[in-house]
Amino acid sequence: MTKMTYREAARSALREALRSDPRVFLMGEDVGRYGGAFAVSHGLLAEFGPERVRDTPLSENTFVGAGVGAALGGLRPIVEVMTVNFSLLCLDQVVNNAATLRHMSGGQLSVPLVVRMATGAGRQLAAQHSHSLEGWYAHVPGITVVAPGTVADARGLLLAALREPDPVFVFEHASLYAMEGEVDETAGPDELGRAVVRREGADLSLITYGGSLPKALAAADLLAADGIAAEVIDLRTLRPLDTATILASVARTHRALVVDEGWRTGSFAAEVSARIMEGGFYDLDGPVQRLCSAEVPIPYARHLEDAALPQPATIAAAARAMLWRDG
Amino acid sequence: MSAPIGRDHGLDLLRQMVLIRRFEEKAAELYSVGKIRGFLHLYIGEEAVAVGAMQALTPEDNVVATYREHGQALARGIPPGAVMAEMYGKANGCSRGRGGSMHLFDIERRFHGGHAIVGGGLPVAVGLALADAMQSRAAVTACFFGDGAVAEGAFAESLNLAALWRLPVVFLCENNLYAMGTALARHQAQTDIVRKAEAAGVPGEAVDGMDVLAVEAAARQGAEAVRGGRGPRLLEARTYRFRAHSMYDPDLYRPRDEIERWKASDPVVRFSAALRAQGLLADADIAAMEASVAAEVDAAVAEAEAGPWEPVEDLLKDVCTPPVSR
Repeated sequence: MTKMTYREAARSALREALRSDPRVFLMGEDVGRYGGAFAVSHGLLAEFGPERVRDTPLSENTFVGAGVGAALGGLRPIVEVMTVNFSLLCLDQVVNNAATLRHMSGGQLSVPLVVRMATGAGRQLAAQHSHSLEGWYAHVPGITVVAPGTVADARGLLLAALREPDPVFVFEHASLYAMEGEVDETAGPDELGRAVVRREGADLSLITYGGSLPKALAAADLLAADGIAAEVIDLRTLRPLDTATILASVARTHRALVVDEGWRTGSFAAEVSARIMEGGFYDLDGPVQRLCSAEVPIPYARHLEDAALPQPATIAAAARAMLWRDG
Repeated sequence: MSAPIGRDHGLDLLRQMVLIRRFEEKAAELYSVGKIRGFLHLYIGEEAVAVGAMQALTPEDNVVATYREHGQALARGIPPGAVMAEMYGKANGCSRGRGGSMHLFDIERRFHGGHAIVGGGLPVAVGLALADAMQSRAAVTACFFGDGAVAEGAFAESLNLAALWRLPVVFLCENNLYAMGTALARHQAQTDIVRKAEAAGVPGEAVDGMDVLAVEAAARQGAEAVRGGRGPRLLEARTYRFRAHSMYDPDLYRPRDEIERWKASDPVVRFSAALRAQGLLADADIAAMEASVAAEVDAAVAEAEAGPWEPVEDLLKDVCTPPVSR
């Protein structure tokens, strides 16, 4: 096991993929000479050269579409879009091409494309750099949506994404890049489409993913001090969603709080809640609850941004309220 | 259109154009009786562009087309029966009934659609060319789009990226003067598409899109330059659609005399007249060609009629491969 950051873990996967498969290349804004806006690709240009680590113009729609075309042409492109906010400029290529071409061509075309981007708030970057829109992507059939919430997953899920014959979108939470953890660099790709229990507990299930995972684990610590045993489920893949793991947890705890940094209305948390209603209603001792970001463009000021996002204390408070222990 | 031409080649070009014309006339007829539904965008009047341009391509080259792509599909060699069956929505269609008229695909012929988001095919074409360049293949990618697409950001972005990376793309703008119902001059301040391309660093040339030999010559020249590693080229084929935008379009925005004026340079009529003038085509040849095309279209319709429907149980097939790593 090696101690490294979430950023280094993602880089480790990129490096391994570039080393082991000549079809793999990386392209995106400032991935080369600059070293990546979040320094994920730092050093890769020097190691692999400008053919395989390509700086692109600020043309999100075209370089993502070029990723689609390159995948059709037999390569394994990894496209980095700086943040999910900028990815709105490439949604045409994502939704109308990447996600549809296999089906619309009657199964003839295959788009083995990996698109990585940073998502989420917490760095005082205000409303055009802080949103969590991965739930929108998870709405779309034809793509897989991954959101690593641990250092090991930043590597293992990215390696897994590169084995897929269809497009995979990897949402790396911007506030996690400096987080440290233990990684087995000899481990191969992890599994997509599988949620895991990060912490066991009998009193309620905290269901979350990505940047909210460390917060939910911190909330579980707070709750433990109050004698409440919270189970923490890390979804890891939003599409396809591992409903079985969610329902099995709810069957044990009988209460579910879904924590999601997206906005509450039409949120991914709403999807998780609906699946519990559909498949686990009779296991519940109370209504499923959601804790999402406040319905506001994420503001700049630290105290306002903090107040807009789920936090360990607000997660713990919501959990206590569900258990009728408000103190 | 007076340069000498080989008889076989001339008859081949003419037959391809006639096939597209008759195939689409039949498609319009079938649409009116409800055999074909959805949107149907006819290419009638523009046949010289697809047929001429396709002469410059090898089987290894890629084609990316628009939603008005029956002509490109047939000229690329997708069997008419597979195209017609697709328009019927049958399982023996070239996209297994998942795409319809606007989304024809044939991976063996490297025909990558059938794109119905205006401008949406250009970035994909750039990527296909990137894959060829990075894998040291000599192929070019022919990317068809209309004059409407030049208003899209994807046009400017894709030309720039292809030029920046010197990628083997021939951008083929089929300028039929209307973006659906909006004339070029009503949506572009700069209506010279070649100048737009040149501003992006892509050498361009305009060609008479009603003249199949002129299109062929320009496409061959463009493809040759692109194959030589000199980066992308743009070809603007000036053409006109004789029919409305789609079967739903009452065509209220085009002056009748404009339509009649363009019909006077019908590419099929013009080219057969040129062949006749050179003594390469006789009445009997035309009659034989029309009969053989009619038989081919009839066979295509029969194939579509006889084709099976995809079972509803297969509705979710080919959305996503089940994740490998699960």
